[in-house]
Amino acid sequence: MLDLLDVRSGYGETQVLHGLSLAARPGRVLAVLGRNGAGKSTTLKTIMGLLPCRGGEIRLDGVPIAKRPFDVARDGIAYVPETRDIFPSLTVRENLELAARRFAAKGAGSWTLERVLELFPRLGERMDNGGTQLSGGEQQMLAIARALLMNPRLLILDEPTEGLAPIIVKLIHDKLQELKRAGLTMVVVEQNFGFATSLADDVAVVSKGQVVWTGSASEIRADVEAQHRWLGV
Amino acid sequence: MTHDAGFWVLQALNALQLSMLLFLLSVGLTVIFGLMHFVNLAHGALYALGAYVAASVAGAWGGFWVGLIVAPIAVAAMGVVLYGGLIRRMRRSGPMAQVLVTFGLIFALLDLTRIIWGDVALASDVPALLEGQVRLLGVDYPAYRLFVIGLGLAVLAVLAFVLGRTQIGAMIRAGVDNDAMAACLGIDVERLFFVVFCVGCALAGLAGAVAAPLLSVTPDMGLQILIPVLIVIVIGGLGSLKGAIAGALIYGVVQTFGAVLAPQLSSVLIYALLALVLVTRPTGLFPAKG
Repeated sequence: MLDLLDVRSGYGETQVLHGLSLAARPGRVLAVLGRNGAGKSTTLKTIMGLLPCRGGEIRLDGVPIAKRPFDVARDGIAYVPETRDIFPSLTVRENLELAARRFAAKGAGSWTLERVLELFPRLGERMDNGGTQLSGGEQQMLAIARALLMNPRLLILDEPTEGLAPIIVKLIHDKLQELKRAGLTMVVVEQNFGFATSLADDVAVVSKGQVVWTGSASEIRADVEAQHRWLGV
Repeated sequence: MTHDAGFWVLQALNALQLSMLLFLLSVGLTVIFGLMHFVNLAHGALYALGAYVAASVAGAWGGFWVGLIVAPIAVAAMGVVLYGGLIRRMRRSGPMAQVLVTFGLIFALLDLTRIIWGDVALASDVPALLEGQVRLLGVDYPAYRLFVIGLGLAVLAVLAFVLGRTQIGAMIRAGVDNDAMAACLGIDVERLFFVVFCVGCALAGLAGAVAAPLLSVTPDMGLQILIPVLIVIVIGGLGSLKGAIAGALIYGVVQTFGAVLAPQLSSVLIYALLALVLVTRPTGLFPAKG
């Protein structure tokens, strides 16, 4: 569904991705693992068009991906950033409606306000709160709910468990598992090895801006040497 | 003098009238800045252009009201030209380049008005409907100035509704908060900025049209209003409607009452207040970003 071929990207003068290639297959969850600074977040930002792709190619369903973030979003990729990026001047309801109205539900099985509130009932109690009055866990739920309302073909998440209490990590895990069962394709960048490998089907390990290991989640769980070498687990 | 209730009412109305004029100018500029971090110093020059267009239209086609409608449209059209020709290309350049270019634009527009209208002050009449005085709270007050206050309040109400209660308002606030994330939700932030920029220009034109019968219309009126408008924005906090109205009210009150109660201090007072705000609340009273 999504293919990165020899992608080069970075911030300003600093190149971070040095020919990175990976593939996300439809209906499956790909976990992108690696140490801090390996280029995981940069990969997601380059997919979204937040950073320019300076070399190589990114293809969505075989077609070169759009360059500008709003076109990428309209092509069906929803992004949950590491910092969640809830709009502080908007209420929870407005944060959700912003996404919902632009991507009207297309038939049964698509995401509506009612359905995301069933998935995250906690948000329903906080609809009229400001975006910044939420706890970290609630902000993460809102960021995921907002992304789902775009009815995406592909959901990309940057460190969804970062800074969250174990009980919330468990909840987020269960909800993402539920989305996976419903057939949503996902790319998840994670530091939390256990979380990532129990959720994902496929794993790509990034080091110094390149993919150095690919395989299935069960393979990397069994491959202690690769874990030690690339992840320091 | 100061024991007379009428004095306070009169000065309060004067302060409110000045505030509303400043509000019309600051709100466009502050939202443009908040949304795109774009510094448009030429905003004052657009205000002067609005005043000229309104005064000319009123003189030639005999009507203040026609001028009041034509001026915002003409200035918004100028905004479209500026946006397409210059500002769109300046978006990615740093604030220093933007300040220099738009500062240069002030002089270009100033000379443009000089070439078209000459270097003399243009007079504009108060419309017949709003001539004379209205008795209000024990004082006689010019009807036209009350109209300016009313218009400012009406614009404030419309903007508060649009920004606070509508989908496009939520999009604008989201864009001000975080334009990259707004784009990731499929919002065309660039087009949103263009629309906001044009509305801001139209409001500057409206302010010029309203100011024309109050002040003499001169080419440098845009330069004169620029500093007060920037003070309003800095006191109020960048990017927010609340900041623009709060800053405008504070400026109007301090300036008006300062001039009559402490004339020796009045020119310093507003700068002292500005310094105080910058020391205690460096981002202004109601910045859009918390």
